[in-house]
Amino acid sequence: MTLDDLDGVDRRMLNRLQDGLPLVARPYAAVADELGIDEGDLLERLERLCGGGVLSRFGPMFHAERLGGGLTLAALAVPEADFGRVSEAVNALPEVAHNYRREHELNMWFVLATETPERINEVIEEVEAATGLPVFNMPKEEEFHVRLHLPV
Amino acid sequence: MSVSTSLSRPAPNSDVHNRDAQQRDDRGLDAADRAIVLATQTGLPLVPDPWSAVGREVGMSGEEVLERMRAMQARGVIRRVAAVPNHYRLGYVANGMTVWDVDDAQIARLGREVAAIEGVSHCYRRPRHLPHWPYNLFAMLHGRSRDEVERQAAALRERLGEACRDHRILYSSRILKKTGLRLAGARPGTASTATEGRG
Repeated sequence: MTLDDLDGVDRRMLNRLQDGLPLVARPYAAVADELGIDEGDLLERLERLCGGGVLSRFGPMFHAERLGGGLTLAALAVPEADFGRVSEAVNALPEVAHNYRREHELNMWFVLATETPERINEVIEEVEAATGLPVFNMPKEEEFHVRLHLPV
Repeated sequence: MSVSTSLSRPAPNSDVHNRDAQQRDDRGLDAADRAIVLATQTGLPLVPDPWSAVGREVGMSGEEVLERMRAMQARGVIRRVAAVPNHYRLGYVANGMTVWDVDDAQIARLGREVAAIEGVSHCYRRPRHLPHWPYNLFAMLHGRSRDEVERQAAALRERLGEACRDHRILYSSRILKKTGLRLAGARPGTASTATEGRG
C-alpha cells in the first residue's frame, strides 16, 4: 500500500491522527465526529492503514527517559570491508533500538535504549569490545523539539 | 551519560527543561502503569472502547486505564497517543540528519528557533567530539526528494547566520535495524516499545 491508495478521507484522518488521539471515553468516535465520518468507518480505515504498512503502528508514543530508562545516540566509523560484520554485531545487542547507515565517515548511527540510565555506558563498552571500534557517544544535552509530523 | 545529569543542566527559558525538572522526582512507573505500557506498546486496540479492552488484559476497569493514561500523558511519560507513519510509504524518501557547528553562547536561543522551522521533526544539542566531529546541533529533516531537504537545510542555514561555522547533511542510506526500546517483562514477540526521540 502506498500514498496512491489513500483517498481524501484517509489523508485527512492520517494528518489528524498524527497529532494525537484525545484521551476521552470514546476517542475514535470523537475524532470521527471532527472529520464528519462514522466511528466504524474510521476504525476500518485505520485498520487498513496499519495492515497495509502506511502506519508503523497506532498507539502511545513513550518518552524513554521518563519511563525511567537511558537513551543515547552513538556513531561508529566502520571500514567498508567490515560493514557487514560490524552491523551484525551491533544489531545483535537488544539495547540497540534503531540503527541507520548514513553517508559520512561516521557511517553507522544507532540509538541505545536501556532499562536504566547506568546501563548506557556498559552497553557502549560492549559495542566497543564486539566491534573493536571506538564509539562516539552523543547523548542529548538539550531537547529543542520532538514531533514528527508528515503531512500527506 | 546519566539522565540525572542531563536533567539538572540549567537551561533557563526552556519549557522542556522546566518540565523535566518537575518530573525528576516522579519518573518511572508503578506496577499498574507498567502493565498498561506493556499492554499498549505494540498498539492501542482499534475498537470503540479501547480503554476497556486494555483493562480486560491487565485486570483494571476501562476508567482506571483511561485515568492512568491521562496521568502518564500529563507527566510526559506518554508524549501522545498517535498514528506513527512509515516515512517511505508516505513518499518521504529523503531523510537527512543535518548537523551544525554552532556558537555555544548562542545555541540555546538558536536551537529553539531552528526547531520551530517547518519540516524539523527532532532537534537536539549534543556534544562535539573534536577534532573528528565539530557539530553540536542536530536537526532531522524529511522530504520527498533530496532537493526538498536541501531547501529546508538552506532555511536553517539562513536562520543560524554567522553563529554557524559549518554544517553537513547525513542522509540515511539504509535502515539496519528498527525495533524500539524493550521493557523487561514484555511478552515474547511483543517486546518493542515505540518511543519518539533519539536520546
